[in-house]
Parts: sequence; C-alpha cells; structure tokens
Amino acid sequence: MKILVAVKRVIDYNVQVRVKEDGTGVVTDNVKMSTNPPDDNAIEEAVKIKESGKAKEVVAVTIGEDKAQETVRKALAVGADKGIHVKVDGIIEPLAVSKILQKIVEKEKPDLVFMGKQAIDDDCNQTGQMLAALLNWPQATFASKIEIKDKSLEVTREVDEGLETIQTNIPSIVTCDLRLNEPRYASLPNIMKAKKKPLEQINVSDLGVDTKPRIEQIKVEEPPKRKAGIKVASVEELVQKLKNEAKVI
Amino acid sequence: MSVLLIAEHNNKEIKPFTLNAITAASQIDQDLHVLVIGHSCEAVAKSISEIPNVKKVIHVDDAVYENYLPENFTPVVIKNSENYSHIICSANTFGKNLMPRIAALLDTSQVSDIIKVISADTFLRPIYAGNAFATVKSTDAKKCITIRPTSFDPAPTTGGTAEIVKAEKAEASDLTKFIKREEVKSDRPELGTARVVISGGRGMGSGDNFKLITAIADKLNAAIGASRAAVDAGYITNDHQVGQTGKVVVPDLYIAVGISGAIQHLAGMKESKIIVAINKDGEAPIFSVADYGLEADLFEALPQFLEELNKLNTIQK
Repeated sequence: MKILVAVKRVIDYNVQVRVKEDGTGVVTDNVKMSTNPPDDNAIEEAVKIKESGKAKEVVAVTIGEDKAQETVRKALAVGADKGIHVKVDGIIEPLAVSKILQKIVEKEKPDLVFMGKQAIDDDCNQTGQMLAALLNWPQATFASKIEIKDKSLEVTREVDEGLETIQTNIPSIVTCDLRLNEPRYASLPNIMKAKKKPLEQINVSDLGVDTKPRIEQIKVEEPPKRKAGIKVASVEELVQKLKNEAKVI
Repeated sequence: MSVLLIAEHNNKEIKPFTLNAITAASQIDQDLHVLVIGHSCEAVAKSISEIPNVKKVIHVDDAVYENYLPENFTPVVIKNSENYSHIICSANTFGKNLMPRIAALLDTSQVSDIIKVISADTFLRPIYAGNAFATVKSTDAKKCITIRPTSFDPAPTTGGTAEIVKAEKAEASDLTKFIKREEVKSDRPELGTARVVISGGRGMGSGDNFKLITAIADKLNAAIGASRAAVDAGYITNDHQVGQTGKVVVPDLYIAVGISGAIQHLAGMKESKIIVAINKDGEAPIFSVADYGLEADLFEALPQFLEELNKLNTIQK
C-alpha cells in the first residue's frame, strides 16, 4: 500500500499574526513558518502505518513557493520516503489545490491520501473533501483514530455531538485531527539523511490546472479590539461585579 | 435567483444551528428554499415549513440518508441545485464535512465560515484563528457558502406555511458505511447556544477536578467547555473543546478556569459578551481578553465562587 500525504507551509501556530497596514493581507516577512499542525499528524500516521508493515511507501507532497519545500524535507526527516513539490506562486485556493492533488494522485496512484483537517492560516477546511469529490473517493474527515482493515478503513471522527465511526473503502481520503497521534520530532541524523531522499519538483503549469483565484480578497483588517478589563481582588468582588455591573448572573 | 439551504437534523428534530444559517441565508436572498434530506423525517420537513423565512421545503426521504453521509447527500444536493444562486449550510462539523464535496463538483470555490453578509457576493470571514477578518467577493456564478452559526441570530420557528415538495432520491453510493455514533447525552444547555459557558483547562489537573466546574455549571445553568490541552490530557471528551479547531461559542458569560489563553483557544471564545478568567499566573494571555480577571488558585477560588453564588437570592437562568 502507498500513502500520499499533503502538507502545507503556514505561519507557525505560536506566532501572533499581524495585519498589514495597507489591508492587503497579514505580515509574513521575517515571520516563523512551519508545517500546518494537523499535517504533522497526517505524516505521523502514515509513517506509523508503514512501520507496522501495512504500507510500503509514504510520499509527501506540498504546493507553494520554493520555501514550501521545507515542509516536505521535514516530512522526509520523520519517515516519508519521497517528496514532491508543486511550485506555484501567489494565493491558491483549496479548489485549485484539490485539482493539483488530483493530478498527483493520478500520477502516483496512492491507496490512501492523508492531510490535516484544516489549515490554520485560511481556516477553510475544504481541500480533503474537495479532493475526495473530484476523485469520487470516500472521505473520512476529522479523524482521531484510523484502523486498516482488509480492503477498507475504520475511522473514528470527531464531530460536534461526540464521536462517529465510519468504514470507507480503499482508496480513501482521510483528514486528520490533532488528537490522531503525537507527531515525533526529527532527529539530527534523520534530518541529514532526509537531504538525500528524492524530492521531485513539478511546475504547476505542466499539470494543466487552472489555478486562477475565484475569490477576490477585498481587504484584510484587524478584528474589533476588546476593551481592556480589570483585575478583581477576590471571588466576592467578582460575583458582585457579575451580578450588579455586568448583570449576567 | 433563489438560495438553497441544506438543513441539519437528526431525522426527528431540526438542529438549532440550522436556524442561525436560515437567518444568514435570508439576508442573501428572501427567496429561501430548504432541502431536507433524511430518513422518515416528515416531522423535520413540517417544522421547517413553519419557519416564516422559508418559502419552500424540498424533502428527499430514503433509508440511505439516515446517517447523513456526504457521499450520499452530495448527489441529492447537486441534483436539486440547478435553479439556485447560492448553496448554504452551517459551518459546524456537519456542514464542514459536506459542503466542500458539493462545491468541488459544482466547480465552485467555497467561502467558508462567514460571519457577515455584506452583499449577495461579498462576505466577511475570520482567518488566522480570528486574528484577522477578510472581506471576500466570490466571482463564481453559483456560490457555496458556510455560515458561522454564532454570528447570526436564530430564525423564528412559527408562523410560516411554506409548501413541502417531495423530490426523488439520487444515486446511492457504497463507498462509505456508517458504523456508530457515540453521542454524549447531557441535560445541560448545548455548548454552542448556552447563555453561560464555564471552561476548564490544563490547570484543572485531572478529569476528577472538573467536578468543581460541574457544581458551578449546575448553579448557573451553564454549558461546560474545555481547552484543547484539557481534552488532549483526557480530562474531558472532545465535544467540549472550544477553539480554532473545536467549537466557537459566544455566550453572555464565559468563565475560563485554569486556561492560559493560547491563540487557538481565544479563537473560539473571544467574541463572548463578558469574559471572566481565573488563573494563578497573572501573566497568562487569557487576562488580555478578560473583562474580569481573578489571579488566584482555582482550587481555592472555585469553592468560594460556588459559596458566593449560593448567597445570592436570585440567579438568571
């Protein structure tokens, strides 16, 4: 079995994001970038399945500018066998990403495609479901547990009501929740070894996919600020304030 | 053109967030039709027909739709989508799972999780865990939109008399089988719609210690929330998680206990009307969004809090 994992380079989750003064986006210059957190869970799960003997190969793919390669190198350093970087500059929407991934799936012929359930930059939560639609594959979104059966997967999904378990035929798309596993860190020797693993570069123009944005970003602004609160000295004062000032209890 | 909203329900009752999505949908266009897909869900179709904002209900009923699998719902929506300018549903796990599958097949770039309708093609949506708001304009002829339910008031539920039209089922898929759903039953208000929410974080130290929170929740008729750290640590189940990848809540009162206030948690609660933070670390980022901050050991503060509440003659429910 072969597993393709899609990874995205985003502003690190610990960075306090700032809006550009001209309203065209957020500040990315000199800002720490990392792999989208649930994409790390996707890689970890694929590598664990390979280590258990149920998969032979793990391929990591990313889409973006040159620096996006860092996320693939990181995936290689924690156990992926091969990397693919689809080079594209500028904003690329989930619909276009899923069309690019469709081409990569047709080329690589994986049995499973894993990715994070949501990217923490645009918070769209679309790509996995869209790719599943384009391929006419089943989708197991928000996965917190994956079991490989004979020709199917049994996936536990985190939903608003609690947990849901579904069975999907293979081939299948799985989008991963942060609780799926605990991603490992890359050791220094493995980071060195990863530099020798194959990383294929593909120009998006060679894939014949229309990536023109369909959504115009008119402006990006700071959300309204909350007015500064106060510190209370005691529980008694807190309850009095909630009762008599805020009038919420 | 009219707008088509996909109802979320459990075959018996409409889910509350559908009402918020209906409000948003009718801001886009008054000619709002609702698609009810399910199994033996006549009662749901009927109750939706009584919502004054709804002009028509399309009801598709078959056993294959009992468990709302997107592989089966999508062909029904596509089949019924022709005459609509917008396809809409709520941005909870139901809509997040379903809508992109529809959008991809309609070759539409979906606009996720909108918090405001500016015009029929322009919307406001949070990005970067709510640290920025983007105004976006969709240029696709047919638009797929998901609605952040807590940003819109629920629609009224009585007084309407929309016609109910039965429609044929679409081709069924065997790609996915439903196995089970483990719903956490509770007599408390739902987290997403509760007037008061009290949440615990890693500072709670154990699942057992959440009883301190439960006691106060009982007193205030509050829903119980949690930070991701508390869920990861196994103190409480995932359906309680508030934050960027959990639930978004906007109660009148949000009480954060032993929660440091990571960006990802703030994304789920910082629009609450009044925020209280109880934390022993005076430098915790949660205090920067709190209207009332109490720097204290929660194991002392929570029992005192309950005691003070017990002294009050009346408590709002």
